[in-house]
Amino acid sequence: MAQINLKINGQSHQTDIDPNTPLLWYLREHAGLPGTKYGCGIAQCGACTVHMNGSPIRSCVMPISSLEGAEITTIEGLSENGDHPVQQAWDELDVPQCGYCQAGQMMTAAALLKENSKPSEEEIEATMTPHICRCGTYHRIKKAVKLAGEKMN
Amino acid sequence: MNNTHSRRDFLKSASALSGGLVIGFSWLGNKAFAAEVVDTAAIPHEFNAYLAISPDNTITIYSPNPEIGQGIKTAFPVIVAEELDVDFNKVNVVQANLSDKFDRQLTGGSGAIRHSWDRLRNAGATARELMKAAAAKKWNVAASTLTTKDGKVIGANGQSISYGELVEDAKKLTAPTDVKLRDQKDYKLIGGWHKGVDNANLLVGKPLYGIDYQKEGMFNAQIQRPPAFGLKLKSFDATEALKMPGIVEVVSFDNKVAIVGKTTWEIMQARKKVAIEWKKDEDLESTEDHDRIFKSHLDDPNSGDTMRSDGDVKKAFADAAKVIEADYQCPFLPHSPMEPMNFFAHVKADGTVEMAGPTQTPGRARSSVSKLLDIPEDKISIELTKMGGGFGRRLDDGYAIEAAHLSSIVKKPVKVTWTKEDDITGGYYRPAVRYRFKAALDKDGNMTAYHLKGVGLNTGNCTRQDNFPAGAVENVLVESVNYKSPITTGPWRAPITNFLAYAEQSFLDEVAQAAGKDPVAFRLSLFNKAITNPVGKITYEPDRFIAAIKMAAEKSNWGKKKGVSQGFSVYFSHNSYVAQVAEMKKIKGTPTLTKVYAVTDCGIVINQSGAQNQIYGAITDGLGHAMYGKLTFKAGEPEQKNYDSYRLIRMNEVPEVEAYFVDNGKSPTGLGEPALPPTGGAIANAIAAATGKRLYSQPFNLEDSKVESYL
Ligand code: FES
Ligand code: FES
Repeated sequence: MAQINLKINGQSHQTDIDPNTPLLWYLREHAGLPGTKYGCGIAQCGACTVHMNGSPIRSCVMPISSLEGAEITTIEGLSENGDHPVQQAWDELDVPQCGYCQAGQMMTAAALLKENSKPSEEEIEATMTPHICRCGTYHRIKKAVKLAGEKMN
Repeated sequence: MNNTHSRRDFLKSASALSGGLVIGFSWLGNKAFAAEVVDTAAIPHEFNAYLAISPDNTITIYSPNPEIGQGIKTAFPVIVAEELDVDFNKVNVVQANLSDKFDRQLTGGSGAIRHSWDRLRNAGATARELMKAAAAKKWNVAASTLTTKDGKVIGANGQSISYGELVEDAKKLTAPTDVKLRDQKDYKLIGGWHKGVDNANLLVGKPLYGIDYQKEGMFNAQIQRPPAFGLKLKSFDATEALKMPGIVEVVSFDNKVAIVGKTTWEIMQARKKVAIEWKKDEDLESTEDHDRIFKSHLDDPNSGDTMRSDGDVKKAFADAAKVIEADYQCPFLPHSPMEPMNFFAHVKADGTVEMAGPTQTPGRARSSVSKLLDIPEDKISIELTKMGGGFGRRLDDGYAIEAAHLSSIVKKPVKVTWTKEDDITGGYYRPAVRYRFKAALDKDGNMTAYHLKGVGLNTGNCTRQDNFPAGAVENVLVESVNYKSPITTGPWRAPITNFLAYAEQSFLDEVAQAAGKDPVAFRLSLFNKAITNPVGKITYEPDRFIAAIKMAAEKSNWGKKKGVSQGFSVYFSHNSYVAQVAEMKKIKGTPTLTKVYAVTDCGIVINQSGAQNQIYGAITDGLGHAMYGKLTFKAGEPEQKNYDSYRLIRMNEVPEVEAYFVDNGKSPTGLGEPALPPTGGAIANAIAAATGKRLYSQPFNLEDSKVESYL
């Protein structure tokens, strides 16, 4: 099998597993990065969101063969010490309930704020609405995105 | 805070390294807890473990109940820490695994805090008093002259000594009984704002959940269950699947086919190649069949068990000036927590079983596995992982038993993980129910009779016969029909009341309207009647209902807002009272749900942050499922299988929520569920106020697609 080269959180990975394997399962079961979560497997919930060259992607539908040369960032690599403004805001406002969706939520929020640290309410909603939180933490997520943006300014 | 850290390991290392003292409290007094403690002779009582103190001043508090997102892992330790008088930010909180040292180690019924309130406070207070006694001896003063603060004992002259420094001395003392608990007015932690103790690990993606669980030599597995309720396994052929990379075994048990392999992706591919034949075993029911069954039972006067009968309902209806009647219906719902079901099990050759995973009922899972495999319970260990939601789904122990069963067959450590499709089509649903309400009004608009008949599929009793309005109406008849279906059901956040409350609160609005009365005034007059003229047995306290209603009316400025349509709802469940007002405003010509006020009486609030989060979440959950939640069946097969067809509410659809708590100093009651039941009613009543249209079935968007534009 052909070898695939991946760059995840700044580290090089080589693998020869099935090239159709979605990035989600590579991360969770081969790369030792289980922070990225499986929620639906069909690009509906956003639990599996990671960054590809800085943009959010749904890793559950992204075969590793399509990621040669791309820079992948997962929740484990969002910051070195867990102190990305998004992580700080999420902690300060105590966003999580069960917490399962939050890695994906934070990855999308971080990508949004990198582009625009002062998003309007509508922009936050438009960006975050593709994510499901079954526990219903939407009120605090909205606030936390704003707060994280303020921390970046 | 390491969630997967075993308590036993911790204790071993803590005592070995630091000679730490383990203090625990047995309110049952039946189990010795001494084996792991360094100096057992120093602890003369029979203790259970809630906290540990090391000479290096590390304070560890064990949280025994499964954390599902309800915040118990933070709230329980707050209570212990309050009485112990330590800085909560410095406390090390550890999730305890299943152990007989604890009682009621389960998550369900919103009952944990209510059940453990006294136990936890006593646990903290007893240790605090022990520390004072140790310091008193050391300083040769009376313990009554001493106080505590932030993990230190303080003397009359201001001298202080840390709990850690007192450990050695405290070990030699007898733990006091009958300790004095703190006065509410002195609380420093209870009622404060405390962030989740798991945040630090959670927000950086540490593996905390069952689905993240890994064990040396572990295999993964998925299981194909019958695709329709009523089907049974006939045969399967795994020849092709076994040729696929990474696949180890394909076996069948209990009408299921399990595919065991190395990685999830390989298993998913091989699973498609297993050829399975199913055969019909029971009726293959469709949603239309259910609709028909419901109506025929409600129409048949001879069907149904009488749950409650006060006065003479027949006569009251014959004498009525007005009779109001309506049917309300809801569909099945899956729980669909974000983290699908999963469980790790290793049935070992030495006769022991190791298990780990997300469960609301570890004790039941252990006893079921013990029965299935004929292995004594004390040979089975269960590690409790954090849960990615549950909403009642993980009260079922089937998925844990299944993992143990599979491990016993393949003789390997396996983790069984369900796909989202497996989860949504896998049963244990909120049952579909239809209610028929009938109310009689006299010529002055007083409700003189109330008749509720409900029929549900595998619901057991689908009524709450002793809840309001029983007790407030002279003539009451409550009947329930349980129809047996092959579709499996189970408790879903606020079982039965998650729909009954909506139906009842919508119907009462109709009755108030027919009586020409304001919905709030109408309800208040009924509760006043339940105080002055109570009829029969009731489960609720009318004055607490009244207080919550009045506060919600005041906070929302009920009935006094221009250009705003308001809907009212109030419900009692899990010993808590929640009153809600939903508001709609016209925005660009469309009636829009803008706000929900919620007033909750759950007694003393332990953690403001966690409590508010539960209210936001329950309202979002109640609104979302009332609007969109539906699971329909065609020949026994669920027609919705994943989030593409099973719609959940999203961020752009939630209204603002204002959450208030009644401050009455009463002992804490449930909070994980009670804010959900009233939500559907408040919203349906606001929609009726804004548009004149009443909604009689859930999901609302199926009855009237226009409602989607209201969010
Ligand atoms: S798991 Fe990828 S979007 Fe749901
Ligand atoms: S916090 Fe539980 S799913 Fe979002």
